[in-house]
Amino acid sequence: MASLFQQIKSGMLWDFHGGIHPPARKTQTSQKPLGRLSLPERLYIPLRQHIGVAGKLLVQPGDYVLKGQPLTAANNAMAVPVHAPTSGHVLAIDDHPSAHPSALPEPMIVMVPDGLEQWRERQPLDPEHISRQQILARIQDAGIAGMGGAGFPTHIKSSASQGVDYLIINAAECEPYITADDALMQTEAETIMQGIDILCDLLSPKAVLIGIEDDKPRAIAAMQAACGNRKDFYVRVVPAKYPSGGEKQLIQRLTSKEVPAGRRPLDIGIVMQNVGTAFAIAQAVLHDIPLISRIVTVVGETLSRPQNVLALVGTPVGFLLDSCGFVAEAKQRVIMGGPMMGFTLPSLQIPIVKTSNCIIAPTDAELPTTGPELDCIRCGACAEACPATLLPQQLLWFSKAKDHDKLKEHHLSDCIECGACAYVCPSEIPLVHYYRVAKAEIREQHRDELKAEQAKARFEARNERLEREKQQRMAKNQALAAQRQSMLAEQQKQQIADAASRVETTAETLSKEQIIAERERKKAEARAYQAAKAQNQVENPAETKVEPAPATEVNTDTATDPRQSAVAAAIARAKAKKAGISENAEADEVPASSATLDSDKAADPRSAAVAAAIARAKAKKAGISADAEAAKAAEVSASPIALDTEKATDPRAAAVAAAIARAKAKKAGISAEAEATKSEDAVAGAENTTPVDTEKAADPRAAAVAAAIARAKAKKAAEATSTITTADLTAETAVNTTIAADVPVAASPVADAADPRAAAVAAAIARAKAKKAAETQQEPSADAEINQITPETETKAVAAEPAVIEASTNVVAPTDAKKAAIAAAIARAKAKKAIESDQEKSE
Amino acid sequence: MSFRVAASPHHHARVQTSTLMLKVALATLPGIAAQLYFFGYAVLIQLALAVVTAWSAEALVLSLREKTIVNRLKDHSALVTAVLLAVAIPAYAPWWIIVLGTAFAIIIVKQLYGGLGNNLFNPAMAAYVLLLISFPQQMTAWTPPTALQAQEQSTFDPVCLVFTDFSCAGYSITQLKTDVDGRTMATPLDTLKTDLTNNKTVSESRQQPMFAEIGGFGWNWVNLGFLLGGLWLWQQGVIQWRIPVAVLVSLGICSSIGAMVDADQYASPLFHWFSGGTMLAAFFIATDPVSASTTAKGRLIYGALIGLLVYLIRTFGGFPDGYAFAVMLANVAVPLIDAYTKPRTYGHKAKGSE
Ligand code: SF4
Ligand code: SF4
Repeated sequence: MASLFQQIKSGMLWDFHGGIHPPARKTQTSQKPLGRLSLPERLYIPLRQHIGVAGKLLVQPGDYVLKGQPLTAANNAMAVPVHAPTSGHVLAIDDHPSAHPSALPEPMIVMVPDGLEQWRERQPLDPEHISRQQILARIQDAGIAGMGGAGFPTHIKSSASQGVDYLIINAAECEPYITADDALMQTEAETIMQGIDILCDLLSPKAVLIGIEDDKPRAIAAMQAACGNRKDFYVRVVPAKYPSGGEKQLIQRLTSKEVPAGRRPLDIGIVMQNVGTAFAIAQAVLHDIPLISRIVTVVGETLSRPQNVLALVGTPVGFLLDSCGFVAEAKQRVIMGGPMMGFTLPSLQIPIVKTSNCIIAPTDAELPTTGPELDCIRCGACAEACPATLLPQQLLWFSKAKDHDKLKEHHLSDCIECGACAYVCPSEIPLVHYYRVAKAEIREQHRDELKAEQAKARFEARNERLEREKQQRMAKNQALAAQRQSMLAEQQKQQIADAASRVETTAETLSKEQIIAERERKKAEARAYQAAKAQNQVENPAETKVEPAPATEVNTDTATDPRQSAVAAAIARAKAKKAGISENAEADEVPASSATLDSDKAADPRSAAVAAAIARAKAKKAGISADAEAAKAAEVSASPIALDTEKATDPRAAAVAAAIARAKAKKAGISAEAEATKSEDAVAGAENTTPVDTEKAADPRAAAVAAAIARAKAKKAAEATSTITTADLTAETAVNTTIAADVPVAASPVADAADPRAAAVAAAIARAKAKKAAETQQEPSADAEINQITPETETKAVAAEPAVIEASTNVVAPTDAKKAAIAAAIARAKAKKAIESDQEKSE
Repeated sequence: MSFRVAASPHHHARVQTSTLMLKVALATLPGIAAQLYFFGYAVLIQLALAVVTAWSAEALVLSLREKTIVNRLKDHSALVTAVLLAVAIPAYAPWWIIVLGTAFAIIIVKQLYGGLGNNLFNPAMAAYVLLLISFPQQMTAWTPPTALQAQEQSTFDPVCLVFTDFSCAGYSITQLKTDVDGRTMATPLDTLKTDLTNNKTVSESRQQPMFAEIGGFGWNWVNLGFLLGGLWLWQQGVIQWRIPVAVLVSLGICSSIGAMVDADQYASPLFHWFSGGTMLAAFFIATDPVSASTTAKGRLIYGALIGLLVYLIRTFGGFPDGYAFAVMLANVAVPLIDAYTKPRTYGHKAKGSE
């Protein structure tokens, strides 16, 4: 160590790896006197101009402030205040583009100088008679942050009281163009020395090394003279080489030491301060002048008077340029900082801040834009230039490949972004840009990893909570289900009561026995072959009607799925339509089989809807150049069905389907060409398949649907003008089926809470039909009816649902389920009667 | 007004890849001039064929890869590959040799690996090796310098030979290779090798007129020409000293050892330096940045490896000259060399002391 100290004392210099020698271009400004400017109209003072946090705001818009008055207060060790650069009014405090490569808007105090330059009261200190703490507090209060570039708060850097071997004053100023420190040293060498003295008091170093590049002879002379006979102050003249002004590089040059990766210079006993900072310290301590102005090199070939100027912090760059005779060229670049590490400004309103040492407004010929980026030829020129002894070409490769592990292995984090590599790269690759992007990505990844860890913890906590909640919910659901069941039972009772009340209003009151008797009679009348089977199917539930208990079994045994009923309805619709208009009886079989298939699949409400759609499509296709309107109506109603079936809890869908079926049947029936005989066959077919479907569905509701269909057919048949007798027959059959089907519907309420509503619906429908049928039959001509009936049917289809709702909301005294069945039967009977009477009329 | 935003640095050395490549191509001129003088102007025909083929192949592949053609042609890397291959192959090789070789170099060795900067092998050398293995007869058909040929060359002989395999007077290459005494001649290296296998000593072999100068008649000057061009490249900062010096020193050491062991069996360092393609390899081929090592130390190792391999192949191998094989073998070793010669980053401890 001693020998190294001897070497350093003897004036030995070392070299660092790489480095470049770009043209310095400093003579444009270094020999000129310091320019002084008039006051700009506005000053934009960013609240934060250093690394760390902004101070607490002390002023408000409209306030009058004196020169040097603090605008923010340091309420934190990492904060340094900003001061009013001159006296004037605070105009506003809002966001403006910042002096940062991103130019992101930052909060700034906008000031209007009044030109009076009125100072606040000043309290110069005498370093001889005050404590360290007072000096440090003054440095902080004066808002001093490293003026070399990064802007690290100086009071923190200067607070190390021991272990400092060397205080290095960085006056290398290695970047081309910049002569701000040069100018400062030429004019203020004495003050700088006073500042260094104060720093020595704080840090007590073994030696002070002042590093200056050899291209500043005047500054070197001034500093050497100012050193006087101070002990262990050494002015070290280093050969110009970029980037010898880099902290690590200058340390290496002057002491041969390397700052270990990830450590600070203090760890190897070195503190480095910029000359500008030393000057600012002297000003603050000895004269109580806070950091409110700095020397800025304003240079570039677009300026007629390039020079160093003393600029107030907050002066817009545009004002500086204009003061130096700026004539912008097309696609002008304005660079804040040096040509190697500076950044371009998107706007000239961006202010000078404490770290701004240079503004360059070059012509394109002066600093040509780089050409198109070519492929890396692995020439290694970059590696030879890199002061950090990195392998930039490898870093480039890994940056492009986003190989973060390899980047780490190749020490990307040690890149100081000096730009030497990009300067020499023959392929003009913007290497530094790639590194910045990669570094940002790595930072991002780091953050993401942290986040992921937190998220994982959160996720686990959440899983636990969800599990807990699930348990709670299950318990709650069970309670709710019980509640719902009791509510539904209540509703059933209401519906039944409703139906019963309607029964009372009907003129004819038929006993249950009578209905059964009539049904039996009708069954017998039904054509033997097909009807027999059908009857069997429907009769079974009919018998259970008397004793509701078996029906319950049926429902609970098989899937009590209203969805299937919708499917069945769809199939039935399809068939009805087809049958109604089909000229070929054989054609029936095709849709029938496919429909069955569909119903098999119908585990899903959606497939039911699909089936319905298919059925509709088939029906349509079957060749009945049917009313486009009617078809449309069917389509329209299809969506509610699908919706309802999807919900799969609502028997109303069945009702709707039934209504639709009716509509279609009617439409079919209207087609004049339909021969009654064929209709009959078709109806028979329909009847035949309906029970099959019912069987599958094993649901009384399906029966209701089938009933509706049958009813529709009956009507249609009635409308058919050709053979009245056949129509009669069909109608009878239909009624038959209806009754058979309806009975289980009525019987089921105990079994399934939803069912009674269907019964009510059926009843309502039946009534409606009866009425309509009566109306219809009054019209002798089928042709004339077409227009009249179609819209009516549509209306009814739509009306069906409200009716159901109404039925379920009506509150009447609860009665037996059987009464509902009775009501339905009555309604149907009436319907039949109406038809019969109509027949008579026609006859 | 809008201000242009750019990434730092805003300054550039203005040394461009295309300039570098162009300088490499230019630096071959002295060597080419020597070839021209001693072997006739056939080398110019080869050059023209190579350059045209290289450009066409490059443009073709670039358009297939949907890259900007003009920009990348302007980097002149294809030009360099073409020139190096053209001066490396025998001047009187038939035309399809150079066309095939150049196309292979550009399309397979360079572009299929991802284009400039991504090729593992030096394109010219890979093509040279391919040709040498596939067409050994044509690829070793170096005629003796025109001055030593038995037949007077007519003005159009180079054209006839390159395009028809026969001189205008109807002589084949083999006939042209026959000297006044009726002996078949080849390159000095070739001849020496044959003589040594025929139990002649080095000094006996070197009695022949083709060994009139250090590296052989004519070849001496060709090598000097390439040396001159190489020195200019170094002076221009296009190449660094490490690789050429390492190649020559390594070759020199190897041949010195050989010569010290048995001067009758092993030729002197000077002969090795100035014969065959030594200087071309050392200054133009080994220094190809893409396929060479990129670290300072690595380059020394890389160059030394080439020198050693050249000597071994020349002395003990089956081929008269071995620089193409040597360079390719060294190319393969580059990733390894690079990995082991990674410099110590500032602020980090050296690998060993960690
Ligand atoms: S920018 Fe980074 S990689 Fe490039 S020379 Fe500077 S330190 Fe090296
Ligand atoms: S200087 Fe440019 S071309 Fe050369 S190795 Fe580095 S990145 Fe590649």
